[in-house]
Amino acid sequence: MKKMSTEQLLGLDKFVVDDEQAHIKVDKEVCRTCQDKPCTYACPAGLYTLKDGEISFDYAGCLECGTCRAVCPYAGVAITWSYPRGGFGVQFRFG
Amino acid sequence: MSEDKFTAIIVGAGPAGSTAAYLLAREGHEVLLIEKGAAPGAKNMFGGRMYSHALNRIIPDFWEEAPVERPVVREIITFLAGDRSTSIHSQDVEWAKPPYHSFTLLRAEFDAWLASKAEEAGAMVACNICVDDLLHENGRVIGIRAGEDEMFADVVIAADGVNSILAQKAGLAKMFSAHQVATGVKQIIELPEDVISQRFGVEAGSGVAQLFVGDCTRGMQGGAFLYTNRRSISLGLVINAGELQKNQVRVPDLIEDFKANPAIAPLIEGGTVAEYSAHLIPEAGLSMMPEVFGDGILVAGDAAGFVLNLGYVVRGMDFAIASGEAAAKTVIAAKAGGDFSKGTLSSYRDLLEESFVLRDLEAYRRSHRFTENRRLYKTYPAFVTSFASCLFTVDGSPPAHLLGKVLNHIRKSRLSLTGLAIDGWKGARWL
Repeated sequence: MKKMSTEQLLGLDKFVVDDEQAHIKVDKEVCRTCQDKPCTYACPAGLYTLKDGEISFDYAGCLECGTCRAVCPYAGVAITWSYPRGGFGVQFRFG
Repeated sequence: MSEDKFTAIIVGAGPAGSTAAYLLAREGHEVLLIEKGAAPGAKNMFGGRMYSHALNRIIPDFWEEAPVERPVVREIITFLAGDRSTSIHSQDVEWAKPPYHSFTLLRAEFDAWLASKAEEAGAMVACNICVDDLLHENGRVIGIRAGEDEMFADVVIAADGVNSILAQKAGLAKMFSAHQVATGVKQIIELPEDVISQRFGVEAGSGVAQLFVGDCTRGMQGGAFLYTNRRSISLGLVINAGELQKNQVRVPDLIEDFKANPAIAPLIEGGTVAEYSAHLIPEAGLSMMPEVFGDGILVAGDAAGFVLNLGYVVRGMDFAIASGEAAAKTVIAAKAGGDFSKGTLSSYRDLLEESFVLRDLEAYRRSHRFTENRRLYKTYPAFVTSFASCLFTVDGSPPAHLLGKVLNHIRKSRLSLTGLAIDGWKGARWL
């Protein structure tokens, strides 16, 4: 089977994106001081990326697992984590 | 709605929440089951297999109506290292006969069915609602808040999953640390039903559960899994989040690499990936268990950390269902006495201890300390596969008896006999 990119994998999933409200908020000032930035590796959806050395985060495509929250060395400070509002976010068809 | 008061508001329509709702509604209690997804199951995923015993006690012969995939007839453990793999297969045809030992299943469909049982029994099921906070009065929980809405109940059951926001808001749970949880990722790979049966060498309607250890996690604490559904394969990885914190390995790449492993690629060849999902697993079990009861509140399922990963057996749904059952029994008894204080609700913990939930978690409480051992993920898979390869290779080299081969491989793998003996002893005692 041909290797698939993360974008291709996420493209298979059904999302209802909340355009008004991000359910995860990232404090880039705190992230700037973070050496390892484990979120950029650990997020199963690859939503934390580096752009010019700064964390860039896209909440659309979030699988709502909580891995970022678990691996963040500044948990609760750098990442304010919650679920999307009711009815929004990923909708697993298989699960 | 704010005028109504429920006997119980249950947050989360997973197996714990829906079981509690079903049992309470069946006894005629006013129950509200709240789910943040568009439908029960829409936010839920797991590896792929449920052990039947817990649900079969509550809904006898549930498989006759529940959307299950295949009863597992064969268990496989596979060690992976480089081009080599070594597996242990165990088949028992009894497992695939009533009362089926375990089933592979898909959570979107299955959880929706279990919630529908609760609804049929009289529970009110409200989807698309994300509970934001608990309501308190005089230090006890009296309901929940979701956006502008406030809803009241004698008891709130937090069955809101591993990231349990409610147990944390209630002050019952602390935020977990990275090494206490694992990240699970999974792909659903669709293949025709008969192709799956043929590839895995099982009779039509029977299934396989396979766990992998070794290269699939690049030596990190964790493993991989494969479960055969009717017309798809659930394939994925579980990696300790503490390891993900330290090792700069992209998780989405790991699962793609695993699919290309020579032990996997032929099994999924020609398949179509239909879904990619991820979830946290509360792996530390008892050591991360919150207070499971408070004034007006109970915690059940993953939210309470009721998961057991022994490496060869992975359990969560049976604990979730039995904890939902214990929560329902606790609320029924509390309602009879009209007292929902912490003291009365403490009988929940007694019920969990009498049931297999805390008995089993207690019995295996040290298993996490064993599975933290890094040798399990690199050294031992390399040793086992290399030894097995040597055992089966005939190439004209000088003969060596089994003992010589074993000792030679132990030397080559830089294993110490003492280390092996200690790990063997711990494994035998703790797993």
